[in-house]
Amino acid sequence: MIIVVGAGPAGIAAARCVLECNLPVTVIDDNPAPGGQIWRGEAINLGAAQLLSGTRVVAIDGRARTVLTEGPGGPRTLHFSKLILATGSRELFLPFPGWTLPGVFGAGGIQALVKTGLHVAGKRIVVAGSGPLLLAVAALLRRRGADVRLIAEQARPAALFSFAAALLTNAAKLKEGAGFAWTLAGVPYATGAWVEAAEAEGHVRHVHLRQGNRRWVEECDYAAIGYGLVPNDELHSFAADSEHVIPVPTGDVDLATLEGAAAGYEAAGQPRPSAKLERARRFGAVLARAFALDPELRSLPKSDTFVCRCEDVTLERLCGWDSFRAAKLHTRCGMGPCQGRICGPAARFLFGWQDTSIRPPAFPVRIASLVTTTLATNGETS
Amino acid sequence: MATINLLVNGRVIAAESGSSVAAAMLSSGITTFRTSVSGEPRAPLCGMGICFECRVTIEGQDHARSCQITVQDGMVITT
Repeated sequence: MIIVVGAGPAGIAAARCVLECNLPVTVIDDNPAPGGQIWRGEAINLGAAQLLSGTRVVAIDGRARTVLTEGPGGPRTLHFSKLILATGSRELFLPFPGWTLPGVFGAGGIQALVKTGLHVAGKRIVVAGSGPLLLAVAALLRRRGADVRLIAEQARPAALFSFAAALLTNAAKLKEGAGFAWTLAGVPYATGAWVEAAEAEGHVRHVHLRQGNRRWVEECDYAAIGYGLVPNDELHSFAADSEHVIPVPTGDVDLATLEGAAAGYEAAGQPRPSAKLERARRFGAVLARAFALDPELRSLPKSDTFVCRCEDVTLERLCGWDSFRAAKLHTRCGMGPCQGRICGPAARFLFGWQDTSIRPPAFPVRIASLVTTTLATNGETS
Repeated sequence: MATINLLVNGRVIAAESGSSVAAAMLSSGITTFRTSVSGEPRAPLCGMGICFECRVTIEGQDHARSCQITVQDGMVITT
């Protein structure tokens, strides 16, 4: 059985391509319904694929070719012939004073919440961070009746110019961009600008913005701040050396779909070269360069700003260590429920640290799940 | 869209069926979902099941990620 982890654009494309090759496929997805973040809430047809929603992969055994899952029916161990990891991306969050206040969301974060029913009509919202996602988010918020105060993009105009030039060679993206521009008419778009701090007691009421030497305060009900995307590659490291595990590189929706399809055909034993995929990869590389993070953003957090929000570990406490592992052992940074998914990429940007100590379980898991599976595994081998 | 009721900390709130628990709670004006280890109020950040800031107790299950769970009529939630 070929198993796909993730039912976003890449996982769906992979599953469809496996089915196209007349092979059975199972799709495991953490969300209540397929679609991932991009197609959240949309009707998705997965054909003859078996879909396990609300199910997380906790561990992978590359040699035994099994995955341990935890879902609505409890723990399960599934065997695979090939395993496609289409786990997509999450947002990169950079710590700044006040980023832990209620009402400060990710940009993709507020988008996901709006798609699952959050009302934003009449809310004053500041959108900030980096990347084309900010435009999509601001456009969605405006269509739902929010008062988008401004978009603060950290990239500078010179960097954005290369993105605009690449856009001109991509008709579909250009059309999408024009649609956002139409929806966002009148919303200020500040480049080389970012939120320095969010303030008020118990909930965000205003944010401090900076653009070069210009500083100002913007009142808001919500702030939506994300600095681009980082891959959810924790599972990849559990089976990095297995030839039966195919990780899918991440990217924008077009690239993800093409990468997913390529992985699906590969898993089915029918690899197909794609010129479209090569083009999408080049566009992805241009995007990454255009929205590269300004090194000045490293000075956003102050000494008392929490970097790890699970364990409330301040920047000051991290400064004395020389690796993420050392910081973890001495401060509990990255040891809370998110398992370093939020502070890990932040620490990578702030300190250049790589988290090299990722071990199963990938998520906090019920002890009962581990016990059940251990018993089952021992039963099989004895 | 059909409206259903949730019981959050003993108070009835209305929610649209199909919403996530997190979106329904935020829309009803609830701002604090949990208290951090140093005593700060916290609320959803990532909206996609990664950050665990939205965790609450749902139907007796602790540490449930409210952004990943769809509302059901009569659901009992504690922050």
